[in-house]
Amino acid sequence: MGLVMTVINIAYFIAAILFIVGLKQMASPTTARRGIVWAGVGMVLATVVTFAHPEVQGTVNYLLIILGIAIGGGLAWWSGRKVAMTDMPQMIALYNGMGGGAAAGIGAIYLLQADPETASDVILGIAVLGSLIGSVAFSGSMVAFAKLQGLMDKTVHFPAQQWVNLGLFAVTVLLGLSLALSGGDVNNFVLLLFFVLALAFGVLMTLPIGGADMPVVISLYNALTGLAVGFKGLVLDNPALMIAGIVVGAAGTLLTQLMAKAMNRKISNVLFKQFGGSSGGEAESVTGSMKPIEASDAGIMMAFANKVIIVPGYGMAVAQAQHKIWELTQLLIQRDVAVKFAIHPVAGRMPGHMNVLLAEAGVPYDIIYDLDEINNEFKTADVAIVIGANDVVNPVARTDPDSPIYGMPILNADQAKNVIVIKRGRGAGFSGIENHLFYADNTRMLYGDGQKAASELIHAIKEIG
Amino acid sequence: MIEGFVALYIFMLAAFTGYEIISKVPVILHTPLMSGSNFVHGIVLVGTMVALGHAATPLEQLVGFIAVILAAGNAVGGYVVTERMLEMFKTSNKGGK
Repeated sequence: MGLVMTVINIAYFIAAILFIVGLKQMASPTTARRGIVWAGVGMVLATVVTFAHPEVQGTVNYLLIILGIAIGGGLAWWSGRKVAMTDMPQMIALYNGMGGGAAAGIGAIYLLQADPETASDVILGIAVLGSLIGSVAFSGSMVAFAKLQGLMDKTVHFPAQQWVNLGLFAVTVLLGLSLALSGGDVNNFVLLLFFVLALAFGVLMTLPIGGADMPVVISLYNALTGLAVGFKGLVLDNPALMIAGIVVGAAGTLLTQLMAKAMNRKISNVLFKQFGGSSGGEAESVTGSMKPIEASDAGIMMAFANKVIIVPGYGMAVAQAQHKIWELTQLLIQRDVAVKFAIHPVAGRMPGHMNVLLAEAGVPYDIIYDLDEINNEFKTADVAIVIGANDVVNPVARTDPDSPIYGMPILNADQAKNVIVIKRGRGAGFSGIENHLFYADNTRMLYGDGQKAASELIHAIKEIG
Repeated sequence: MIEGFVALYIFMLAAFTGYEIISKVPVILHTPLMSGSNFVHGIVLVGTMVALGHAATPLEQLVGFIAVILAAGNAVGGYVVTERMLEMFKTSNKGGK
């Protein structure tokens, strides 16, 4: 091993340590900011030394590398800076998909260059596997991005969808197998077809998945990209890729499981069954009616309460209402009302999505509570304000075994003395299930956009003086 | 060339490490951590650089070039987004205590 390669390997080794330590630090609120900087240093280090890698050759190739980093990095820097906090989930999906595509690209080049003299079946097989996973993560993430960005209808269904997908997957795997067993004598047409079908499979697999399941799906694709990167590390003989990729693959898998568990959904159900699609049996019919309330009345109710619990959901993110909600909270605190925020693990489009938004608005940690911490407190709350949340407060999850969300842990907002639901319209949630909470005797509906409704409430409380 | 079994050990240990890192994380950090791990697999950039570095035909160069663009987007975008999220946590911490 030459001197240059030794230096490079040492740099990769340090980068791998920085990634692991950085991720570990990101797992604790006090050190999280340092963590991303450490990981960033590792990334810069690994990237810089790679310019000296003996396998990187040719002036044109050098120029292309620099140009590619400038274009990709520049666009990502610009978009990442510009994007609103509420749009973070789809940006993560987008950047993650790009990583998957890059891993697939490495696989494509490796297979194009495969030499029958030296190629090993095992490495070819791993290159194919990594390419398949990377391609699916790429096109799947792009669909997730398009859905969350509102560029595409929420869900797409067609007859015999599962069978079409299964058939497509089987054909793709067979093509991959033939590539892996080709002994390095790769047929370019088969290669092209393999990539096209793998990309198509990623699209078709993601199309029927609804908005409520997106956090799980994005996290899953994140884990898949990690796995693909790890496999490419083996193909390229690059330990930095192997370690970083597999660490992310494992961490992402666990994170996906945690999320699916919080929603009481099996990962296989998320991917292969539509919400409520085949749950069988009619859901309990709703009794009662939705009772509207004016902002002025709701404001009085809150201003004279002892304890108010706010339950934010995706609707708050859409309406960008977090700043107004915090202003409202401060007003209530000034009036000696105890205000707490209750965050369901899957409120929004990613776990912790609501925490991020509330943090952005300046809401302190110590009044934000997890489901387990606060669920018993609803009983003692005078008012529960549900803003833009739906399925996560639907009591049928406790009461109706026929409901598709039955068994999902929910916030017991219905146990508060009064419930005010801020909601744009009368429609059902992403799951399409009627929410019995909205019809309950102690529930009043405050219709309107979250931001506007919060402004009206602020106004109403200020009026009281 | 990393020997087959050594590679297997690396995979196993890395998998345990990843699992261990996530297992004790408060819910509030799930999103930043997902974003952070998204950034870490941006290391694929190094792989795309090497792959493009020994590309010989125009087709390979094209594929490699696209791969480098995508990988750079993953790394830079992942960093910017994660950093922005964590920045807000700091502000809120100060304001709250």
